[in-house]
Amino acid sequence: MATRLREDKAMGIQAIAPDLIEERVDGVWLIGGRRKSDGRIVFPLPSGVARAQYEPERLSREGTLWSFTVQRFRPKTPPYAGADDDKTFKPFALGYVELPGQVIVETRIEADDVSQLRIGMKMGLSTAAFPHRGGEPVVTYVFRPIEQAQ
Amino acid sequence: MSNVHIVGAGIHPFGRHDGKTGLDMGVHAVREALADADLAWTDMQFAFGGSSAAGNADAMLPQLGLTGIQFINVANGCATGGSSLLAGYWAIKSGEFDIGIVTGFDKHPRGAFNADPESSGLPKWYGEIGLMLTTQFFACKIQRYMGLHGITPLALARVAEKAYENGSKAPHAWRRQPVDIDTILNSQMLSDPLTKFMFCSPAEGGAALILASDKKMRELGLQGPRILGAAVRTRVNGSFEVFSPSLDVERGPSPTQIASKAAYEMAGIGPPEIDIAQIQDTESGAEIMHMSENGLCGDGEQEKLLAEGATRLGGRLPINTDGGCLACGEPIGASGLRQVYENVQQLRGRAHDRQVEGARIAYTQVYGAPGLSAVSILGA
Repeated sequence: MATRLREDKAMGIQAIAPDLIEERVDGVWLIGGRRKSDGRIVFPLPSGVARAQYEPERLSREGTLWSFTVQRFRPKTPPYAGADDDKTFKPFALGYVELPGQVIVETRIEADDVSQLRIGMKMGLSTAAFPHRGGEPVVTYVFRPIEQAQ
Repeated sequence: MSNVHIVGAGIHPFGRHDGKTGLDMGVHAVREALADADLAWTDMQFAFGGSSAAGNADAMLPQLGLTGIQFINVANGCATGGSSLLAGYWAIKSGEFDIGIVTGFDKHPRGAFNADPESSGLPKWYGEIGLMLTTQFFACKIQRYMGLHGITPLALARVAEKAYENGSKAPHAWRRQPVDIDTILNSQMLSDPLTKFMFCSPAEGGAALILASDKKMRELGLQGPRILGAAVRTRVNGSFEVFSPSLDVERGPSPTQIASKAAYEMAGIGPPEIDIAQIQDTESGAEIMHMSENGLCGDGEQEKLLAEGATRLGGRLPINTDGGCLACGEPIGASGLRQVYENVQQLRGRAHDRQVEGARIAYTQVYGAPGLSAVSILGA
């Protein structure tokens, strides 16, 4: 999983936002926040004034599919910033992955066959290039069914 | 403290109305409500009104009359209408006022609502990568519900089929042609498992209700259903709401469940006593889940109830008797009041082809971003 991000970075591709994903020797991690007062975990790590209430927390890289759908039409721009247009848009899957004991995160899902997605199936964190209409390609996080993530 | 009654109701038909502004439709609804009660604008002591995308509601005043009335603009997402109703209810129940009006209208651009991450307190990337669509939330919520409780796509289609059938009998509805089950199931898939005909669309329209105390109602020789219970509640930890990049592992109740419970307690009745219900059906799955969240059935029972036609006109608990959001569309500021308008018509025996005979207790529930729900219970 990590290899891909390193290659992307070698090509000069940056993460879509700071403090979202972290690349380490042992792979890429998603960064959440642990609220100092009660330990509640949220994703993403809050920014701005609220940030002071949270400690960064690396989230589990594996979990189970909590729910999902397929985005079949091109979302409105703004806020969607894909470089595609109505003709070149390709449907993509998305949903929620439960990271045991931590938090349930929303994510784009990469799957070879979206008809095989099932609630409860194992999912693993990965990254993918996101062609941004602003010109510069960026990297975002995705989850893939675990068989495909290997 | 006084009981509060709805003594007048008006609506501007929902749909698309080129050449008319949202304000025009609000004014139409207010005038219709006044005419319904044979009252004048000068009789109104207060107004609460809202619109999400068509200007401030108090901009109707030059057309209605600059009487110096206390007019308060209300903005509470999809629950704007429900919130206005509750504000009007409190104003009279407290004894501060005897009579007033609650109103809402809207006019939205076509297609899905545009979302702005920053105004929702979300990071920009969330919208950029295509995760900020209300349709995705509805799809993910029903997908999980179907997985946990054995609801099928056929049940989703049955909800939509019923909506268009009921809409064909409601003069204020937008979609007035019945649509068959196969057409609904085979229409364009927008966000799995929901097809085009299973979603409502942003629309245009207006609605207005005149509220009065017991005493004022008698003085004026009017009558109308009594508000038995009304509540607005917001999300708690562990609920699943629109535009949520993360959810708590420990799950909790929805705002609809807690608003519903509060309204039943206030009314002193329970779900078995409800004769008809107008519940938020921004898409087919929402109606199914809201049946359960409002206590009208248990989780998973919807499949059988829909197959039996229990929620159709003529069934034992007719739901969304005017076709709901699916057939009427969703002008945000007016939508919640449209539900109450429909209940008022039903309880007064004025619903014509869609009349539910003997309806005495009528329920409404509207859900909105970023996670709130408004419920009302009326008694004939």
